[in-house]
Amino acid sequence: MPWYLELLRAIGGTILIFSGVAVIAAMFGVLLERKISAWIQSRLGPKHVGPQGLLQTVADTLKLLQKENIVPRNADGLIFASAVLVVPLAALLDYVVIPFGTTRWGPLIFRDLNIGILFFAATSSVVVVGILMAGWGSNNKYALLGGLRSAAQMVSYEIPMGLALVTVAMLAGSLSTVTIVRAQAHWWQLYIVQQPLAFIIFLIAATAEVNRVPFDLVEAESELVAGYFSEYTGMRFALFQLGEYGEMFAMAAMAVTLFLGGWQGPLLPPVLWFVIKLYALVFVFMWVRWTYPRFRIDQLLNFSWKVLIPVGLLNLVATAFVILLVHR
Amino acid sequence: MTGEVLAFYVLGAITLAAGAVVVTSHNIVHSAVALVPAFLGVTGLYVLLNAEFVAGVQVLIYAGAITVLILFVIMLTEGGTGLRLPQRNEQGPIGAAVAVVIAGLLTAGVTHTAWVAGPGALPAYTPAAIGQSFLGPNLLAFEVSSIVLLVSLVGAIIIARKEE
Repeated sequence: MPWYLELLRAIGGTILIFSGVAVIAAMFGVLLERKISAWIQSRLGPKHVGPQGLLQTVADTLKLLQKENIVPRNADGLIFASAVLVVPLAALLDYVVIPFGTTRWGPLIFRDLNIGILFFAATSSVVVVGILMAGWGSNNKYALLGGLRSAAQMVSYEIPMGLALVTVAMLAGSLSTVTIVRAQAHWWQLYIVQQPLAFIIFLIAATAEVNRVPFDLVEAESELVAGYFSEYTGMRFALFQLGEYGEMFAMAAMAVTLFLGGWQGPLLPPVLWFVIKLYALVFVFMWVRWTYPRFRIDQLLNFSWKVLIPVGLLNLVATAFVILLVHR
Repeated sequence: MTGEVLAFYVLGAITLAAGAVVVTSHNIVHSAVALVPAFLGVTGLYVLLNAEFVAGVQVLIYAGAITVLILFVIMLTEGGTGLRLPQRNEQGPIGAAVAVVIAGLLTAGVTHTAWVAGPGALPAYTPAAIGQSFLGPNLLAFEVSSIVLLVSLVGAIIIARKEE
């Protein structure tokens, strides 16, 4: 294929991912979040726009699009404006390596990279740069504190997440997401059955990476207004929300791919299985958010460095030992 | 012009432009943030060389972790702004002269060397080959570098922790 067609395909793919994530993850995700929080708190949630409040987020998005774009007087204009691009872009890049299902022509994935998991870890680690840029560029003490907390938190939780990823990669013998899904053909081969510890570590680290309760110190409303995006208005605020929900759905999709067998399942079509598992995990994220209180920052960092990392390392060594015994 | 050549020049331009911002900017945070496109440009060059694993590690460690570390350190000093730190001193011209001389020497060295391609073909899946190499022929270098990292880690903790 000539390079300009390849480039066009990449641009098309980007537009597809962006609109898909914007509609399915961000808009529907916000609605789901509000409905589930209402259900957990014995309320009704959005009810008036559209049938059962289904169009509430559409209305909110239209409202945000029309709002004035305010830049604080002493903000660093360039960094303030470019931070908005980094966060959603890094979140969208995660979707390149996620296999959504399989068809007659092969798995439904943008690129089955042979460094799939590494690519995922790498792109999701770039989100922190955007958050720090937003926090610093706003020239606001709450935003800066939120940005600094996020840097400490995300750098700490990347390590246990990496350990969980490595464990799965060792079992599957590959970093490619498609190969990992194919290695989980039967229920006893699912990595949630073989590696329950790695699954729990991954889920906890993923919750921390996307800054959700109980790890939402980055944007703790009661202390920091809204954390790193306190100063953002209108569409820029919406783009941060898009990045956040996009990242959450990407983490859930990656957990489905690595531990729950991806698109595989009996009877139903593969894509449907993927969506069912994805939304089940997204529900777990939301359930946790509306059930648990927030950690303190020292508890949060202690938990990562003194619990998750040692447990992850032990799990890694034990897995390596078992693989050595079984395969030799 | 093939796509690869075009990609090489575009990536080279991005890396160089970002690098120029890193050294010339008056604002230390701008310098640190400009490291990200510079690192990503280098990542693209690695991809062009079929070194996907190195490219992934480059993004994870350099763009994702080193930049964050630098930004974190800047924001913890000087009241969180880093703006009052002087970015230049009277040694600027000397530094520029040294940089030009080194660039000239490197260019001359690279263009006058007869590069020989290594024997054999690239493996299709580089991570496994890199792992084999680390735990096989290059075990000593691998272990030595991990010990150096461990020592610096312990040292940093001892320096940072106050005596109780």
